Amino acid sequence: MRHLLSAGDLDLTEALLVLDTAEQLDRAIAGRDVKKLPTLRGRTVVNLFYEDSTRTRTSFELAAKRLSADVINFSAKGSSVAKGESLKDTALSLEAMGADAVVARHWASGAPERLTSWVRGSVINAGDGTHEHPTQALLDAFTMRRRLRGGEGDLEGLHVAIVGDVLHSRVARSNTLLLRTLGARVTLVAPPTLLPLGVERMFGDPVDVSYDLDSVLPTADVVMMLRVQSERMAESFFPSAREYSRRYGLDVRRMGLLPDHAIVMHPGPMNRGMEIAADVADHPKRSTIVEQVTNGVSVRMAVLYLLLGGAE
Amino acid sequence: MPAENASDDPRATGARSVLDSGDVSRVIDRMAHQILEKTGGAADAVLLGIPTRGVALAARLAGRIAIFEPVSVPIGTLDITLYRDDLRLRGVRPLGATVEPAGGIDGRLVILVDDVLYSGRTVRAALDALTALGRPRAVQLAVLVDRGHRELPIRADYVGKNLPTSRQEEVRVQLADVDGADGVFLTDGLYPGERGR
Repeated sequence: MRHLLSAGDLDLTEALLVLDTAEQLDRAIAGRDVKKLPTLRGRTVVNLFYEDSTRTRTSFELAAKRLSADVINFSAKGSSVAKGESLKDTALSLEAMGADAVVARHWASGAPERLTSWVRGSVINAGDGTHEHPTQALLDAFTMRRRLRGGEGDLEGLHVAIVGDVLHSRVARSNTLLLRTLGARVTLVAPPTLLPLGVERMFGDPVDVSYDLDSVLPTADVVMMLRVQSERMAESFFPSAREYSRRYGLDVRRMGLLPDHAIVMHPGPMNRGMEIAADVADHPKRSTIVEQVTNGVSVRMAVLYLLLGGAE
Repeated sequence: MPAENASDDPRATGARSVLDSGDVSRVIDRMAHQILEKTGGAADAVLLGIPTRGVALAARLAGRIAIFEPVSVPIGTLDITLYRDDLRLRGVRPLGATVEPAGGIDGRLVILVDDVLYSGRTVRAALDALTALGRPRAVQLAVLVDRGHRELPIRADYVGKNLPTSRQEEVRVQLADVDGADGVFLTDGLYPGERGR
């Protein structure tokens, strides 16, 4: 593995290797006073963020620091990008500074892939436009595996409902690809206006699609709520926030339709009261939202280790 | 490290047997006695094996110690991959699990256990890994074979067999729990086609 651009690039063996490595790294530092490993000493990781992000950037930063890599944070705001520098020129500068890995988030789909032709180091896609967010999919799979499969093996037979703004969601795309590699069954649930055209066929094998959340919940082991991305919506995709919430929001009544063991996930940031009710988001037994953030650090440590931990 | 590709049978590749299975058992018994003697009964000792064969050897030693004296020495596993100094010389190594011995290692006498002592770099990495795990009272080292060629100022407290070797040679240790049978072998490190040139 040289870059991580798409969750679809990982075959079953590679996906399991990332998850198993994350599990080992998590255990290696769990309960320790000093959460630091010397493994990536002398390596430089650049966080190149063209889009706002708190969770993903800090998660990558913490992951790199826990492995003793040097971290440079580069955000478009307050940098030469604001003065009009192109992605290529920025990349070439980073290259000249000797970046071993570039963690890239960009509003344009495909920007990380473009970066791979300009830098020698590994490129990790930390979210590109409406395309992909592979480390989010990995941390989600890691969380499901821990909660429902005892932290080992694949996700064969698991039924995952991904609900909401599938059209704009890179999380939905990466998750669908990875979950199917791991053997899970995915149902995409959304109003027709928030599904990409031809979604049934866009992932190779046909994917299940439903417009009716209530009918999917009773058989779901996992329900993953997506954020309604108002910033990517130039036109209106549903009549009103209230109507969306009534038909596709996860409230306490709907949560009651889930099987006992089922968990509720959300990649954050949440619109409380819109796609997810506060009582559901804070539910002590079902909600894994805080856990997902914790697991994100371990999974990103695993990705950094697997990309940078060996010979070039 | 010597035991890396131990899946292929050394007997089939022209290797010379150094210790047979009877020898290995006797050597392990002697090491168990030495540990009991040197630690005054091994009361606060823990055995920490370095994967893969160090773990099997630690379990064997603990088993023999329990037979000789009424003492149960806790055993654990110390994966040192994340602390190696040669990570960048090879492809990515898979990680193993670290298992703390029952009761932890703080204030205990930790005996690191490995199959072969060679450059000493594995032990150096293990000492670093240990620091991250806790603060032992003291640390000792037990190895089945010391083959020389140290690159660091490290020595073992318990040695099963001192085996003078050349750098070209390869030492292969086999233990029943991992390989099905005990034995120590020395190969010339050459591929069969290179021999006799």
